[in-house]
Amino acid sequence: MSSGLSVRKISFAGLMVAALLGAGCANQSKMLGAGGLGGAGGMGGMNGGGAGAATPGSAQDFQVNVGDRVFFNTDESSVNSQAAGILDRQAEWLNRYRQYTFTIEGHADERGTREYNIGLGARRANAARDYLVSRGVAAGRIRVVSYGKERPVALCSDNSCWSQNRRAVTVLSGR
Amino acid sequence: MNLTATRPAKRGASLLAALIVAVVGMTAPAMAQLKVDVNKGTVQPMPIAIPTFVGGGNAPDELSQNVSQVITADLKRSGLFAPLNPQSFVDPVVPPSTTPNFTNWRPLNAQALVSGQVTATGDGRIMAQYRLWDIYSGQQLTGQQFFANPANWRRISHIIADSIYERLTGEKGYFDTHIVYVDESGGKGQRTKRLAIMDQDGANVRYLTSGDALVVTPRFSPLRQEITYAALNNDQWHVYLLNLESGQRELIGNFPNMAFSPRFSPDGQTVVLSLQNGGNANLYTLDLRTRQLTRLTDSPSIDTAPCYSPDGRQIVFESDRGGNQQLYLMSASGGAAKRISFGQGRYASPVWSPRGDLIAYTKQAGGQFGIGVIKPDGSGERLLTDGYDNEGPTWAPNGRVLMFFRDPGGANSGPKLWSVDLTGYNQQQVPTPSYASDPAWSPLLN
Repeated sequence: MSSGLSVRKISFAGLMVAALLGAGCANQSKMLGAGGLGGAGGMGGMNGGGAGAATPGSAQDFQVNVGDRVFFNTDESSVNSQAAGILDRQAEWLNRYRQYTFTIEGHADERGTREYNIGLGARRANAARDYLVSRGVAAGRIRVVSYGKERPVALCSDNSCWSQNRRAVTVLSGR
Repeated sequence: MNLTATRPAKRGASLLAALIVAVVGMTAPAMAQLKVDVNKGTVQPMPIAIPTFVGGGNAPDELSQNVSQVITADLKRSGLFAPLNPQSFVDPVVPPSTTPNFTNWRPLNAQALVSGQVTATGDGRIMAQYRLWDIYSGQQLTGQQFFANPANWRRISHIIADSIYERLTGEKGYFDTHIVYVDESGGKGQRTKRLAIMDQDGANVRYLTSGDALVVTPRFSPLRQEITYAALNNDQWHVYLLNLESGQRELIGNFPNMAFSPRFSPDGQTVVLSLQNGGNANLYTLDLRTRQLTRLTDSPSIDTAPCYSPDGRQIVFESDRGGNQQLYLMSASGGAAKRISFGQGRYASPVWSPRGDLIAYTKQAGGQFGIGVIKPDGSGERLLTDGYDNEGPTWAPNGRVLMFFRDPGGANSGPKLWSVDLTGYNQQQVPTPSYASDPAWSPLLN
């Protein structure tokens, strides 16, 4: 439980700092990276400050060194090659540290209607789940939940933000 | 009269019985030459004079002023009436007990005149009475008198406005109604969402949930003081019923997978909703008496936002089974579905008009959202609004006005409620204390 809580705290803190600085989208994405969400950028070179300090097998290790999230194209839920690379690393890590159960949170950007985006978020979470299961992760460890468009991490209304919000985030919980 | 505590199952019945005492002073059968034609494409609003109601007894002057102001605001917002500025009135005091001096009103080019009075009766109640006059013929068109608890003065005002609207347009009014919606507060990334209910003009806001859970898409029961909605609780979407009188909340169908997008059938006995099966969402009905679940669709797609036709025989819904979101019609018992939307872009959140003649929807095309209407056979598509985000239409009970939410976009933006009539010209923001989304219009309360 405690690791799950700390995951949430880190992401919340990242958002708060960005908000206080009145940061635009580009800054915000930097802040998220520095705040420890290595997966948020997802473009390589993601090891921000403190990455080396993460204890192997910890939630921080998962976030910073593996990447906790994958991104999707507009109105799509298929796992593209970039997402597949991250999910491969997630599967490898999750198969090594089998003490964790986890939830995959599926999200949509704001350019869809409310009900549809709940369905789309579920579809994305399920796509990530199915991929991990295909890489040997036990289905019984995985819960999925859709947030639809209700929980954006990037707040502006252009593609720099939408592309960060179309995501499936693997959130570690039990151990 | 405590509306929430004492009203029986049939909405508003006791209130009406207690309210309407008499039709006032009909001296001659009213000839209805005076009429707003609501079926024309654009409407020239009818000029109407509504002098401040006179007081009486120990009723505070403020009360009679407030009543006439609410009536004026209702009629003005409808877009069908143009209330004149009271400062132009030569004869601003018009007690309903006398026939107005029409020579004072004809030069103002007003066509209709409302005279009224609010009096304290001495037993703790108020008496509100009004008369509607045709200025040119000098005839009374209608008149009524109500007794009520002073706390209900807003409802009395809305009922009077409905009655004027109905007399002059030939259509039922929609002012004595409620809106249930989602109140939104906090930053865009971590919104707190609460269910709230208010009068259709934004007055008397009450909050129905605490904000602990994300709540979306509340919908009114057509018969009872009850709503259904979806909420995210413990990492799962569930569908609930909420009794507005008792405050009692009930989880309906504790499904293993997420349940969302509920809506009542016209007889109030069934809820149609989406249930998630893996990556797909399909439509089901849940009989509220037997708790029997019936599957309506079985396709590898997102089937959601179902809505019954007013006769209960058909369901319109959105599905991306053909590649992207489009509107489909099927029998209320399921089976084959027929696509009805064929324009450019995506079509979502269909809502059937209470009159049965149109279906409103959310359209997305070219990076914009809009609210539109289409006939159930797929013809006559017409867009009424557009913008960055215009979403989630709901019909006024007379099928003439839609409410929806609009978000201009941007990092600090949030949604607000708007109404638009079927002409598309009369768009009005509906005041709410905070950001607001997912409105649902109640049936008429009386």
